[in-house]
Amino acid sequence: MASAKEMKQVLFGPIFANNPIALQILGVCSALAVTGSMDNTLVMCLALTFVVAVSNFSISLIRNHIPSSVRIIVQMTIIASLVIVVDQVLQAYAYDIAQELSVFVGLIITNCIVMGRAEAFAMKEPPGMALLDGIGNGLGYSIVLLTVAFFRELFGSGSLFGLQILPLATEGGWYTPVGLLVLPPSAFFIIGGFIWVLRTFRTEQVEAKE
Amino acid sequence: MSKKNESTSKTFIVVIALCLVCSIIVSGAAVGLKDRQEANAALAMQRNVLQAARIDFPSGEAASIYAERIREYRLNMETYELTSASEEELAAAADTESQGEVARRLSADEDVAGVRDLEQYTMFYVALGEDGESVESYILPIRGAGLWGMMYALLALESDGQTIAGLNFYDHSETPGLGGEIQNPRWVSNFEGKQAVDSEGNVEIRVTKGANPQDNEVDALSGATITSNGVDNTFQFWLSDTAYGPFLQKLREGEVL
Repeated sequence: MASAKEMKQVLFGPIFANNPIALQILGVCSALAVTGSMDNTLVMCLALTFVVAVSNFSISLIRNHIPSSVRIIVQMTIIASLVIVVDQVLQAYAYDIAQELSVFVGLIITNCIVMGRAEAFAMKEPPGMALLDGIGNGLGYSIVLLTVAFFRELFGSGSLFGLQILPLATEGGWYTPVGLLVLPPSAFFIIGGFIWVLRTFRTEQVEAKE
Repeated sequence: MSKKNESTSKTFIVVIALCLVCSIIVSGAAVGLKDRQEANAALAMQRNVLQAARIDFPSGEAASIYAERIREYRLNMETYELTSASEEELAAAADTESQGEVARRLSADEDVAGVRDLEQYTMFYVALGEDGESVESYILPIRGAGLWGMMYALLALESDGQTIAGLNFYDHSETPGLGGEIQNPRWVSNFEGKQAVDSEGNVEIRVTKGANPQDNEVDALSGATITSNGVDNTFQFWLSDTAYGPFLQKLREGEVL
């Protein structure tokens, strides 16, 4: 079993030091698509964290029995099954959010973070560590998405989790929402800003000049 | 990794075992959660009907307002007679996948909206006014082929059986931002107050480019020609004599309720 320090590194490393979105630029598609409101984003983050953690764990569990000729298919089968289960659960317990997220829950299957962690980590490491790595990467993904959603919902619709924080001008308040932030491309700016702030504090992430 | 893993027999064993386990998990989840999902779908359908009828409801009270204001019937598409609907039939109506009992296959000439089969029974909703007695609108399910797939909608007609009270495209797979704008309340509100059919039963409503808002025309969605044509065809088909035409005639003559 790995030392406590190593486990901490695996769990918390992906949040800032090795963030899947901010440093590896993986999984950006859903970061643009589902970050219009905090509700949807939170559910998406939970779904992805669950999928990446459980898929990492199960793949690691059978890693010594996976023939390398079919290993990608085996990984895909496990990930796809988990995503279907998540989709079914959402449709049963969070129907409205499931309708809004619709295709993006299905697209967790193709999210590079899930595949990437399965191939790069779970195939080599024991199940416990793989589970922690999955949760860590899920958290790293979540922190970026929640940050993006916070700015997009607050300044784009004047609300957070659907609660009106800034009274809108159209409803007699003083705040005129920034229309751009309602649209998915605005997430590029916020992710860019996130990376900028992150690299200001962690200069080791800045690439050497070519 | 050992050499043993790479043998053909081991590969097959691993793959088959994995598929078995995964399929048990997936089907277990699907079967175990089916009841809740169906209840959700039925509630969503109630909200769709309320939206089509332009009845405002606070979220969470949809079911109670629906029970108060909406009456459900089953419409026989051959005799155009109404029967009251049972629970299962309502659940089946909420499920757009299953088409139910088919009355007949449409011929290519009739089938302008790409509907293929005309069902034996369809849902028919009556929205009552605040007093719970007077008829406010009639709601008919319609559908037609868009660019990517079938577009499902509910059309609400005012009590005269001619004027459009509301329209709600609740299920479709059109491109978001282009054809997907059919569910944008702002575009859909263009239909309100237009004549669906005239007193003779001729279809009046059109979706065209450069529509004249004075006539019963609604401007097509830009960048979504096929979707707009699909919406137009949907109206042409369902309001025609092949589909709801004779029934609307009965409605106008007050022979239905």
